[in-house]
This record gives sequence, C-alpha cells and structure tokens, in this order.
Amino acid sequence: MTATKARGPVIHVQGLEKSYKELRVLRGVDFDVARGSIFALLGSNGAGKTTVVKILSTLLKADAGTAGVNGFDVATQAAAVRESISLTGQFAAVDEILSGRENLALIARLRHLKNPGKIADDLLARFSLTDAGARKVSTYSGGMRRRLDIAMSLIGNPPVIFLDEPTTGLDPQARIEVWQAVKELAAQGTTVLLTTQYLDEAEQLADRIAILHEGRILVNGTLAELKQLLPPAKVEYVEKQPTLEDVFLTLVGDNGKNA
Amino acid sequence: MTKHFFGDTTALLGRSLRHITRSPDTIITTAVMPIAMMLMFVYVFGGAINVGGASYVNYMLPGILLITIASGIAYTAFRLFMDMKTGIFERFQSMPIARSSVLWAHVLTSLVANLVSLVVVVLVALLMGFRSGAELAAWLSVAGILILFTLALTWIAVIPGLTAKTMEGASAFSYPLIFLPFLSSAFVPTATMPGPLRAFAEHQPVTSIVNAIRALFTEQPVGTDLWIALAWCVGILIVAYVFAMTAYRRKIS
Repeated sequence: MTATKARGPVIHVQGLEKSYKELRVLRGVDFDVARGSIFALLGSNGAGKTTVVKILSTLLKADAGTAGVNGFDVATQAAAVRESISLTGQFAAVDEILSGRENLALIARLRHLKNPGKIADDLLARFSLTDAGARKVSTYSGGMRRRLDIAMSLIGNPPVIFLDEPTTGLDPQARIEVWQAVKELAAQGTTVLLTTQYLDEAEQLADRIAILHEGRILVNGTLAELKQLLPPAKVEYVEKQPTLEDVFLTLVGDNGKNA
Repeated sequence: MTKHFFGDTTALLGRSLRHITRSPDTIITTAVMPIAMMLMFVYVFGGAINVGGASYVNYMLPGILLITIASGIAYTAFRLFMDMKTGIFERFQSMPIARSSVLWAHVLTSLVANLVSLVVVVLVALLMGFRSGAELAAWLSVAGILILFTLALTWIAVIPGLTAKTMEGASAFSYPLIFLPFLSSAFVPTATMPGPLRAFAEHQPVTSIVNAIRALFTEQPVGTDLWIALAWCVGILIVAYVFAMTAYRRKIS
C-alpha cells in the first residue's frame, strides 16, 4: 500500500474527544495542518498534546470526533495512516544496546526498504553521526540520541512526521541541532506536527501555532496573527542584555554538531 | 499487513537476539541459579534424601531444568517492560509493520535464550555425573516438552511485561513459578509429604512434567504422565496467550 496524496489539509482534526476514566483530556479539538508546513501544538504539561499525537499516530482511539492523516481516517484506515507517518515520541525511542547504524537499519528493514545498510549510512552522514555510527547508543549524548531518533523517523520518507516534545530535556546546543533538523525537513516538503511547552520553540519553528489548553484549542494562527490578539506593541527603550543562553553558547563556542 | 509478518518478526528477532549476545549475563544469571541449586542439592542435601536407589543428580535434573526456564522467562518480561518504558514499543506500533510481530519476536527470543541456558545446565549436570541411556527420540521428546513449557511460561511473562508499572513488578511474578518445583516430585518423592501438601504436589503441573521427563531419561514407560504434562503445557499456553493478547490489545487501542 502506498501513501496517496490527498488534496486539502494533510492533517484534519475535528471534534476530537478523549477521556481517561473521569479525566476529560480532550474536549473537542479541531485543527487542520497544511501540507509541507510546520504546525506547533503549544501547551503546558497535561494539556493533552501527547494524547492528540497518540490518536493521530493510531496508538490510541478517540472517544469522539474524527481525525484524518494524509487523506486516511485514523480509526478505520489505521494501516494506511501508519504508512504515511513517523512518530518521534516524547523520549528518544532508540535501542540503547544496538549501535546507531543498527537502529537505523532495523527501522529501514521494518519499513520493508531495500539496502537498509546504505540508508543507515546516508542518514548517519546527514545527521553528523558517522563517527559514532558503530557505537552503542547507550554511549551517546542526549543530543546525539535525539538526532538519531529523528533520523529514524525519516526512513521511508513519510509525508507526515509527529515530534512529541522533541527538545524536552536537551541542553541548548542539542536543542539548536534539533531545530535545524526540523527546518531541513520542512524545507524538503515534509509536514511536521510538533508539540512543545517552550514558547520560543514554537516561535522559532512553526508556520502556525495552536495553543491547547484544558482539552481545547484556544487560538490557532500564525505568529503574527497571535501577536495581534494582544494590544498593539508599545515602543519602549530597553537595554539589550545578552541572555544567559547567548552567554552559554558564546562561551561553549560552536553550535555543537559533535555534542 | 500480515504479508510482512515473517519478515518483521525476523527483523525484530534479530534485534532482541543481539541484546542477548551483547549482554550474555542474562543467560549466565539464568543458568547460575539452577546450577547453584543443583550443586547444593546433590552435594549438601542429596546424601540425606532417599530417592530409592537412583543417582540423585539423575533424579533432580528434570526439576532443575524447569527452574531454569522459570527464572529465564523473567527476562522476557523485563525486556518487554523496557520496550514499553523507553517508547520503542510505541515507535514500532506506529509503523507499517505486522504489529503482533513485536510480541512474537520477544517470545521467540525467550525460546532461544532458554534453550541455550538449558544446554548449559545439562552440560554442568553431565560433569556432575548425570547419565542417561535415553535414545535420540527420548531426548527429542524431552526437548519438545521443555519447548512447550517455555512457550507457556513465556506467554505468562508477556502479561506483566505489558502491564507492569515498575521493573520489579515486571519480574516478581516469576518467583512463585521458580518455587513451584519444590512443591512437586522434583526433589523428593511426593509420598514423603504430609497429606494436603502431597495432594497439591501430585496434582500440580510440575509433578507430571517432571515425572514424564524423568521417565524419558531413565528409559521407563512414560504412561499417562506424558499426556497429563502435555495437557498442562498446552492448557497454560492457551490461557496465557489469550490473557496476553487481551492485555496487548488494551495497550495498542
């Protein structure tokens, strides 16, 4: 089965509801994601971001509402949805005991692709992991693990990628590396839905941002649109101090491809 | 997607087998405890246990083999639990694979690892003086019973592997299984036990399995023990499989 291209939004979510026993996590979530864009689902811990991602990646069934990915319904055409997506979960879902190369080759094999070894080598090079490719993943740093995790998600070129809190727990350098990887993905036409609790991450990466709060989408728009929701900017003169992040990155030197 | 079942299972089996070859301690620790028990029972208690003329190592090896399996399957629960916890289980489930191959890979890995442990234990038993004049057919029958027993216990292990909240919880279930052979004919003849215990010992699965293996090793007629043993193994296998698949469906829906 091949993933067919559908017209209209590549992700379409309408009236999604989900409860865990008494707890109503999603209370009617609606949003669309345009093909080839980066869409950020912004919300605090427990807002229901991961639940949305799990429903879209066919790991969880919704109680009500519909969700479609790449033209396929997540409930009734789950197998076709799984052909169309890749999930990068909240914690780098990599095999610690295998090497980076073996992790990639395993995923290529499970996606039934030819030449898993070559696919693995290409991705190692693309994500600056070639030197570490033969090492056990348990020796990798947090940033390397996340890069490997994202590389694993790219195998088979799925048109839609879900990144659930891709930078939580990463140091600033690793975070910038991940951002870079996400931008490159979108530049190649992949649709990215990412969840984050960091405002600056949504600001940096996303074409559109939706704020999920208490199980509903509060607002959904471009950064400029969201900014217009508040009163117009006042002009103030502020002494621009370097942030601690600027200091840290300047002192540490590079933006750490080999972190 | 079932057309990919064998390919996917093979790929995932290769992955888990690498886990074992890279941390062979799972096989060593599985084999060490039964070997230590065997040494203790043969050289410490064995002299005081009367099993009616047979060499004690010959007498108790079947029970030791079952203990080996019972302690080995705890690693299946552990590996499955780690897959759940690290999120790699979800990654596999969100991919276009035959989804059940994730479980089958763990089950087959358990089979391979336990067979290796069993071979190690039998080799040590041979060094300790275990002897059997059994022919190939009898050995194959023993292997068949042990494989069936391993599969039955492995599907039991899948249940805590999928549902446990903590790592301790995932492996604690195996303790009663390891203990069960002590309340059977594995180490002492059941006739020496007091009434209610004897009744339990004579009607629990381990006794019939031990008796069947013992009869095969000593070239005695296996009688009804073999059929009772097979019925127990198949029965446990089916029940555990049904419960494991129920737990599994609850996880992936």
